[in-house]
Amino acid sequence: MRNLRTQFKTDAGPVKAVDDVSFDLYPGESLGIVGESGSGKSVTALSILRLIPEPGRIVGGKVLFHDQDLLQVSDEEIREIRGRDIAMIFQDPQSSLNPVLRTGFQIDEAMLAHKQASPQAAHERTVSLLKKVRIPAAESRAKDYPHQLSGGMRQRAMIAMGLANSPQILIADEPTTALDVTVQAQILELLGDLNRELGTAIMMITHNMGVVAGLCTRVIVMYAGQIVEQGPVDQIFESPQHPYTWSLLRSIPRVDALRHERLRSIEGMAPDLLRPPAGCRFHPRCPFRIEKCLTDEPRLEEIHHGQIASCWVTMDRARAEMKADELRDISPGAASGLRPGEIIP
Amino acid sequence: MATAAAGIVSTPIIPEQASLWSDAWRRLRRNRLALVATIFLTFLVVVALVSLVWTPYRMSEVGVTATYAPPSSAHLLGADELGRDLLSRLMVGAQISLVVGVGTQLLVLAVGVPIGLLAGYYRGWLDNVVSFIINVFYGIPDILVAMIMVFLLGPSLRNIIIAIVATRWMDMARLVRGQAFSLREREFIEAARAAGARPMKMLFGHLFPNALGPIIVQATLGIPAAILFEAFLSFLGVGVQPPTPSWGSMANEGVAAIQYAPHMVIAPSIALSLTLMAFNFLGDGLRDALDPRSRR
Repeated sequence: MRNLRTQFKTDAGPVKAVDDVSFDLYPGESLGIVGESGSGKSVTALSILRLIPEPGRIVGGKVLFHDQDLLQVSDEEIREIRGRDIAMIFQDPQSSLNPVLRTGFQIDEAMLAHKQASPQAAHERTVSLLKKVRIPAAESRAKDYPHQLSGGMRQRAMIAMGLANSPQILIADEPTTALDVTVQAQILELLGDLNRELGTAIMMITHNMGVVAGLCTRVIVMYAGQIVEQGPVDQIFESPQHPYTWSLLRSIPRVDALRHERLRSIEGMAPDLLRPPAGCRFHPRCPFRIEKCLTDEPRLEEIHHGQIASCWVTMDRARAEMKADELRDISPGAASGLRPGEIIP
Repeated sequence: MATAAAGIVSTPIIPEQASLWSDAWRRLRRNRLALVATIFLTFLVVVALVSLVWTPYRMSEVGVTATYAPPSSAHLLGADELGRDLLSRLMVGAQISLVVGVGTQLLVLAVGVPIGLLAGYYRGWLDNVVSFIINVFYGIPDILVAMIMVFLLGPSLRNIIIAIVATRWMDMARLVRGQAFSLREREFIEAARAAGARPMKMLFGHLFPNALGPIIVQATLGIPAAILFEAFLSFLGVGVQPPTPSWGSMANEGVAAIQYAPHMVIAPSIALSLTLMAFNFLGDGLRDALDPRSRR
């Protein structure tokens, strides 16, 4: 993906939901995209398959898939690619399955839509797919309506549908948010196994760092429609460089916390994408901001091998100079001493 | 067998869950009025079918008994001004009413559903055009449209059906459009699009089945309206042409003789009223049975 920009037209002006995002997805890898609500991660995913709802529009960039720009191909070609080469599963399996059609039939359809198999063969494959995603009694479950399945089973069925045409890429848009934790773990394990066994590249969109840690090898952190940090999961968890990534990781509740600690949060709210802040978009919430952050927009730069971040300070420096690891107060500007009142208008 | 295949220890206990339709049928049966209506309509269909091959007397045979003969054991409903057996004519009239009612609604479905789906799903200019046409049709009085069409096409059963469709398709189109409008925002529609479903598949495979409940109710309630409209046209003399009897034209003939042969107007009127009521009760029952919010 190169320089993707997607905007939503509103009465108040264009909302830049995705603003100049570029990244690569390699065959067979599992890539996590994290960020809070409104950071543009879902819109990024939808843009790949040109599924942006009105009044959204992709205004620039390229989505290259095998040297073919998906933003330029015809409607018919993109329809063929959807589900066949690039499949997508959604957040809420409850509402993503058609309530009046039998579950198995919907999976058959996914294959028939691309003429991948005869109806008979499609049905056989459906049952074996349902077994592969570990749905018990697959034959009879295929005949059930979605409301007769549990939430976890529905999401498994959705995954089976996603895998129906053996796609090269599976985009999972918060596939576990609507499920309870034990089922979440099972679904993640399943996705991990499928990624390894079938070599399907997985693009996991989530706001949950734990999900990324469990499943992905590489992670992209998005904030306010832009990528702020990108790199191998181990490295990012070990030493995040962007203060936003650092704050996200810090706000994960820990079961091994020594005493009863308060949940740590990131102060402030996600910025208004109609009028993003000048300079670094995270500066109004950043404890480590310096004056340069208020005016100059940082660019993505390689900080460690394979790890890029867009920050003027970076956590290496914040740790060394601002005692970031001992910081208790993480209100905006806390570590650098650049308080809101002192911001030059 | 199934458990062995899945390779797990416990047998999943799947309660015998009712499908959408068996569930609806169960609730419909519990509605007494709808059940009685269903039985009556079944009876009516049987009568209409029987009248195709057998009626007590030939329905157009003049003078089988005295003109204006009152009901008797030989002629259960009496005879009309030409001495034709009323029961025979009423039976054939049932045929006409059912053909008009059901035929009209089938055509209304064929016209209204695709138009509504297209307009509601694609919106934009297509929707604007469709909505405009719908409003234009609503703006012209029904009876005027129907009469003009019958005059232009000639008064045959087929043309009467076409004329009624011309005045009735808008309700269905508008309903389906509204359904498609709200359904297109649902996640499973987006999911189907993400799975690469073809446009036709989206419309008829995903949107249509989800709108089926309201569509069935609308179609059922449209049948009595169409029957009444045909009766009305026939009453005015622009409907089914003699000697074919329609309940409307029979009532028309009866009105002229209402002073001395009231049975001539009473018989078709009661048949018409019962049929209209039955279809309305059935439609109401279906509405309740197919509405998921009323699920008990």
